[in-house]
Amino acid sequence: MNTLLEVCNLTKSFTLHLIDGRTITPVRDVSFSVSAGEHLLIHGRSGMGKTSILKCIYRTYLPTSGSIWFVSRQFGRIDLNQADENVILQLREREIGFCSQFLRVLPRVSALDVLCEPLYRQQMDRATAQAIGKEWLERLGIAPELWQASPITFSGGEQQRINIARAFIARPRLLLLDEPTASLDEATKQVVIAMIRAAQAEGTAIISVSHDLSGLGPCADRQWTFQPAR
Amino acid sequence: MTLENWLLRVERLHKHFGPTCPDCHRLTGPDNGRSRCPRCGTVWACVDVNIQLEAGEVLGIVGESGSGKSTLLQMIYLALRPDSGHIWYRDEGEPARDLVSLNRYEARVFRNSRIGIVYQRPELGLNMRFSIGGNVAEKLLLAEWRHFGRIRARTTELMVKTELPPERIDDEPATFSGGMLQRVQIAKALASRPGLLLLDEITSGLDVSVQARVLDLLRRIQWEDRITMLLVSHDLGVVRQLARRTIVMKNGHIVEAGLTDQILEDPQHPYTQLLVSSAL
Repeated sequence: MNTLLEVCNLTKSFTLHLIDGRTITPVRDVSFSVSAGEHLLIHGRSGMGKTSILKCIYRTYLPTSGSIWFVSRQFGRIDLNQADENVILQLREREIGFCSQFLRVLPRVSALDVLCEPLYRQQMDRATAQAIGKEWLERLGIAPELWQASPITFSGGEQQRINIARAFIARPRLLLLDEPTASLDEATKQVVIAMIRAAQAEGTAIISVSHDLSGLGPCADRQWTFQPAR
Repeated sequence: MTLENWLLRVERLHKHFGPTCPDCHRLTGPDNGRSRCPRCGTVWACVDVNIQLEAGEVLGIVGESGSGKSTLLQMIYLALRPDSGHIWYRDEGEPARDLVSLNRYEARVFRNSRIGIVYQRPELGLNMRFSIGGNVAEKLLLAEWRHFGRIRARTTELMVKTELPPERIDDEPATFSGGMLQRVQIAKALASRPGLLLLDEITSGLDVSVQARVLDLLRRIQWEDRITMLLVSHDLGVVRQLARRTIVMKNGHIVEAGLTDQILEDPQHPYTQLLVSSAL
């Protein structure tokens, strides 16, 4: 198997300067790897640090220690913990996608533009990007009359669909999904699972974090119950 | 794909106001929580500031009032001379130039042709006695545009881009609303197709619907024109949406710099933690 990501002895501590400088360590000495085309599901109770692992990989969190080796098409095998900010930004644009639990957008920006933003960033021309975007919106069952509206006006489930599509649209090699099915009804959940399977078939490695075993469990190659470090 | 693609590089920039004394450095800075030396009264507005902007990037600058953000912007705009340090600017395919070494005339031409600035208060960025057309023309004339017809055509083009009614080209700024004036400032700042746009708290004081419109315009400029921007704002939401990297200033010093989501979700410096936890 082609290892795409190798997390070695990852530890993440937070120093809370506002609360007498105390330190909490939700992630301690974690190691695992994921191969191209593989789907790893990390599950466990809320507040255990599952999301922290994803955020360390995406570098939204600065890891305290350990290495995160990623095999990049642009840069070769690099440690995401040590990589330059500009390298991380390039990887986020082209190779690593992250789907958070919440969609944050600028007001007045249409759902179509929100969705196509990752493609605009890659300097794809607007017409091509929007054609791809419309395909995704259709597949996710977002009604065409909503495409020009701001996602702020959408329901929770519709927002989450836009959020997921945004992570998939740039076809990253590694997808990090934080509770992707949390606010979805059964039918949409199945659409998202089909999207995950299709991405996997194209060789995308997926790490998802969820407490919803029944939803994502069947499409994961491996499941890992995350235990608290304390 | 090259990573060495910077447009602006600020190195060891210093600016102070006052006589200075031997105790200044010991008594000021973020650890002391003040910029003004209690012994001699000197204000240390920028101390050893280093930043680099990649071409096409939006860099956010956050920090409380008096942290040195606007002083930094004014130095980059060549309106204020630094005590020491360098401001390197490099257009694509051209050698880097140290803007600090330009003489007054060169600085004025450079500023008007390569840099645009938008202020929180429109009266700082606009000449309130000139019409909209006159304001844009002023910027273009100083950037050494000479053809009246071209200046007029460019002004109309910019008004359309910034969603201003072109038929109001000869109206005076006093007849425009606050949100429109910010868009007039943006039109003026973009007039000479600058490489760098400096934005100083431009949405503060606007009501939310008007603010959304200005942000939407900036986002379009960001995608369509790929202009490099330096965005000073105390609104962390604005910075999150527009800037991929952010620096945090306090008492004249940069206390933290990083990817915007990291600064907001995993702030390292005590001051940044305070700032983020204080946001709505």
